[in-house]
Amino acid sequence: MRITCPICGERDRREFYYKGDALALNRPGPDGGEKAWDDYLHMRDNPAGETRDLWFHEAGCSAWVVVTRNTVTHEILAAELASKVKEAAT
Amino acid sequence: MRLETGGMIDRETPITFTFDGTSYRGFSGDTLASALMANGVKLLGRSFKYHRPRGVFTTGSAEPNALVTIGEGAQTDPNIRATMQEIFPGMVARSQNNWPSLRYDVLAINDLMSPFLGAGFYYKTFMWPQPFWSKIYEPLIRRAAGLGALSGQPNGDLYEKAFAFCDVLIIGAGPTGLMAALTAGRAGADVILADEDSIMGGRLNGETLMIADQAGADWASECVAELATLPNVRLMSRTTVTGAYDQGTYGALERLPQGAYDTNEGLPIECFWRIVAKHTILAAGALERSIAFADNDRPGIMTAGAVRTYVNRWGVAPGQKIVVFGNNDDAHRTAQDLVAAGIEVAALVDSRPEADANGDFPIYAGSMICGSRGRHGLKSVQLQRLDGTTDTIEADCLAVSGGWNPTVHMTCHMNGRPKWQPEIASFIPVPKTIPGLFAAGACNGVFSTHRCLQEGHLAANAALSALKIKIKKTPIPKAEDQGYSISALWAVPGEARAWVDLQNDVTVKDIKQAAVESYSSVEHMKRYTTQGMAPDQGKNSNVQALAVLADVTGRGIPETGVTTFRPPYVPVSIAAMGAGAQGMGFAPRRLITSHKASLERGAPMIEAGLWYRPSYFPVPGETTWRQSCDREVGYVRNVVGVSDVSTLGKIDIQGPDAPAFLDFVYTNMFSTLKPGRVRYGLMLREDGVVMDDGTTACMAPQHYVMTTSTAAAGEVMRHLEFVRQCLCPQMDVHIMSVTENWAQFAVAGPKSRMLLNGVLDQRISNQSWPFMSCGEVSMQGVDGRLFRISFSGEHAYELAVPARYGDSLFRSLVARAETMGGGVYGLEALDVLRLEKGFLTHAEIEGRTTATDLGMERMMSNRKDFIGKAAAQRPGLSEPDREQLVGLKSLGAIKQLTAGAHLFNPTDNPESATDQGHVTSVAFSPTYGHFLGLAFLKNGHNRHGEKVRMVDTVQGVETLCEVHDPVLFDPTGELARG
Repeated sequence: MRITCPICGERDRREFYYKGDALALNRPGPDGGEKAWDDYLHMRDNPAGETRDLWFHEAGCSAWVVVTRNTVTHEILAAELASKVKEAAT
Repeated sequence: MRLETGGMIDRETPITFTFDGTSYRGFSGDTLASALMANGVKLLGRSFKYHRPRGVFTTGSAEPNALVTIGEGAQTDPNIRATMQEIFPGMVARSQNNWPSLRYDVLAINDLMSPFLGAGFYYKTFMWPQPFWSKIYEPLIRRAAGLGALSGQPNGDLYEKAFAFCDVLIIGAGPTGLMAALTAGRAGADVILADEDSIMGGRLNGETLMIADQAGADWASECVAELATLPNVRLMSRTTVTGAYDQGTYGALERLPQGAYDTNEGLPIECFWRIVAKHTILAAGALERSIAFADNDRPGIMTAGAVRTYVNRWGVAPGQKIVVFGNNDDAHRTAQDLVAAGIEVAALVDSRPEADANGDFPIYAGSMICGSRGRHGLKSVQLQRLDGTTDTIEADCLAVSGGWNPTVHMTCHMNGRPKWQPEIASFIPVPKTIPGLFAAGACNGVFSTHRCLQEGHLAANAALSALKIKIKKTPIPKAEDQGYSISALWAVPGEARAWVDLQNDVTVKDIKQAAVESYSSVEHMKRYTTQGMAPDQGKNSNVQALAVLADVTGRGIPETGVTTFRPPYVPVSIAAMGAGAQGMGFAPRRLITSHKASLERGAPMIEAGLWYRPSYFPVPGETTWRQSCDREVGYVRNVVGVSDVSTLGKIDIQGPDAPAFLDFVYTNMFSTLKPGRVRYGLMLREDGVVMDDGTTACMAPQHYVMTTSTAAAGEVMRHLEFVRQCLCPQMDVHIMSVTENWAQFAVAGPKSRMLLNGVLDQRISNQSWPFMSCGEVSMQGVDGRLFRISFSGEHAYELAVPARYGDSLFRSLVARAETMGGGVYGLEALDVLRLEKGFLTHAEIEGRTTATDLGMERMMSNRKDFIGKAAAQRPGLSEPDREQLVGLKSLGAIKQLTAGAHLFNPTDNPESATDQGHVTSVAFSPTYGHFLGLAFLKNGHNRHGEKVRMVDTVQGVETLCEVHDPVLFDPTGELARG
């Protein structure tokens, strides 16, 4: 599997650490309420199709990357800097 | 026997080798199979289950019969295909799966027992009594059914792994692959051409076909010579591409020719490649299949294509009198090639009544071979004519062709399924099953040389267009363009055993039996009969097997379908995939700057993650580690001790938002920390569980140095980067791991300041360096950092210098400590000291404990948000019934405490239902003269002074303990401050 790091370019997935769903970017506020926190911490979809995950270029530039890929075809559709995604959302 | 002339062997270079102890001679260019054939050796092995005598069946990696063991001692490699193994001087080869000898194998009795050993035999027979399975049945079966054996010694051979990248990967260097490589190579694309044979050319080397008015093999060698001159083309012979993976990644196994050098010292025997290609052309060719008939497995019976190749490529006659049996035109070529080589063709038997052939040999159209004789080698075959009459034909070799199966394997490695093509009675690939991979030539169901060249050319041009590389005109040379006519014949009707899968001894009868017993899906039939489950993965036999199954079940072949093709295409040794990871190569080693000095002092180094840390430093007269450890603890408690603590994670944090960042990642406040001060901090995961603890020093405004525990350094760094980039990208803060840039030493004990004042350029006092202070210092002009922190409860410091000064500072500190009556201490003493003081390690912070469990609930600030705050407030994380941190000491006659033991109320029966907690860390404390432990105990904070029973059922230790506060040593902290 190959992931295109927005900073370093296309690299083998062994250079990356996998965290999980990019939902982790959407941290609720301290008073977000139990439901929001429960969803944020525990609820994850397991889609057959497109998913957005967080990968850490640990053996490279230390960038956290949001990777959009298809779990059925294994296609990688996009790789964006997590900081940019987060900034765009706030 | 070797023919007088011909073949692509070097008759000037004889090579001597042994097989089963007998010495033989072959030529450079021979495989073990061709060399033994030239010496008249037909019997090469015994079959897996029935121990039937077997000989060579093919010429390549699909070989089901001729598996041998190469090498001796630690360099033994079992299950090597004789058809792939090039001979080299002094090579030692042995046959497998026989006792006492290949010719007289005792377990050949299995063959006579065969009526009882059919499909499902194991499942039905070895059911009861149950205890017999592991004690009697399994060892018996493992001994009887078998392949080669490992030496039992560590592997003595070298292996490598490597990465490669290219524009176009071409798999297979037959006419299709060579044409594709020429087309892409001349246009300037980065090409890798991989072929599993030692000589490129594929079938061209085994046939007498003409290309561009010259012998096909000569055309191939001219192509290879031209490609070798192109700097953008990499030729990888002896390289089998084994699997297709995501994003154009392919696995490939390269075998290096042994004995090709004066010495193999330092050279690997195999290299496992990961090739990343933008575009891939699969030109893997086709594999010939057999036809099942009674006793069709005797030595001397082989595929027709193999017979032609032994004659044409290796100049060997597979027999003196050869019968050819086929159901397609391709088989006829065999008879012509044999005649041309001067070998007697005893008969050409074609199952098609309309078959038409010319030749000076008997031709039987509409006829079949229905049986054979000859125990250790073929003696005769039974002919069954169209009218039903039978005859015996004497022959020592039978060339069988049941047609060709395109090598579709690679196209199916990502859930693709091939498509049935009735015209060739086989399966062809479905396009686009692997992104970027295009099948061309015989593996695409195209069998004429002309059309193979054409497809290779087209595929290369398509690749060039996709890569936006300008196409250069490459003419397609003239070649034969004959049709391929076949009439499917899978099995000759009959009651006797007719083999389908030679390697796993699966017969037509077994497949029928499976269907009768309702294992009629192809995947069930495969597992019930073991069809295609041997190392050859049924390359010659799978299509035939499912055709037989389709026949029995009355379904069509397309409906029956194929089993799943999975990588690897050929067996890959684990040693090659894991090359470099044996022994110390298993994981990287991180060494502290005092590593050498520690070894000089005889310290055993123990692993702490990837780090190696000194366990203790023995002195003459000490016979146990405890003696050393107790002495070292005494240094710190009474005088001064020095220890390397460089393995702790060090993270440099800078920027205007650094204080806010620290407030967010720690539970307690850091924005209030003044320059020159150090604070202990607690870090949670977002789910409210403790992640790590450590100190952070404020070196200057907006500049902090965080320490983490050795074990959690990587996790914390990842976490901090996550928080910085994914949660707080607006913060102006930068973080950097500096763990390896600084060597850091603990100087601990009542005389620690006295020692430091002999080292530092400027003297320190309790006023200038109070407890929890930090700052820059210098030693003989070398700048360093000094932190007054303590992991032992003593008056203590940690002194850091750039790593290049670590060795010299360590030696200097230890020497000074020794003149003062103290000395160096290791990890064991460090652990005792922290246990006496009740400090935590990752034995306690083990991924389940909360701040409340550790008695640190007051460290969770209510004046700010922090990671883990919301989740930590859940009632379940702080309820009193949770297991909480306590200290333990033993009261009973048995004084020993053991880590991992469980705790129970003294009157309870010790079982899981009454479990009260467990012990996390223990040590003998020389300071107190007894064992100390830390433990998690239900509601432990309120049970100080109570008695609990410690039970270790693994080590058989049981004792009564008293629960106390985790902090035993200097609870008020006066010593550290003094």
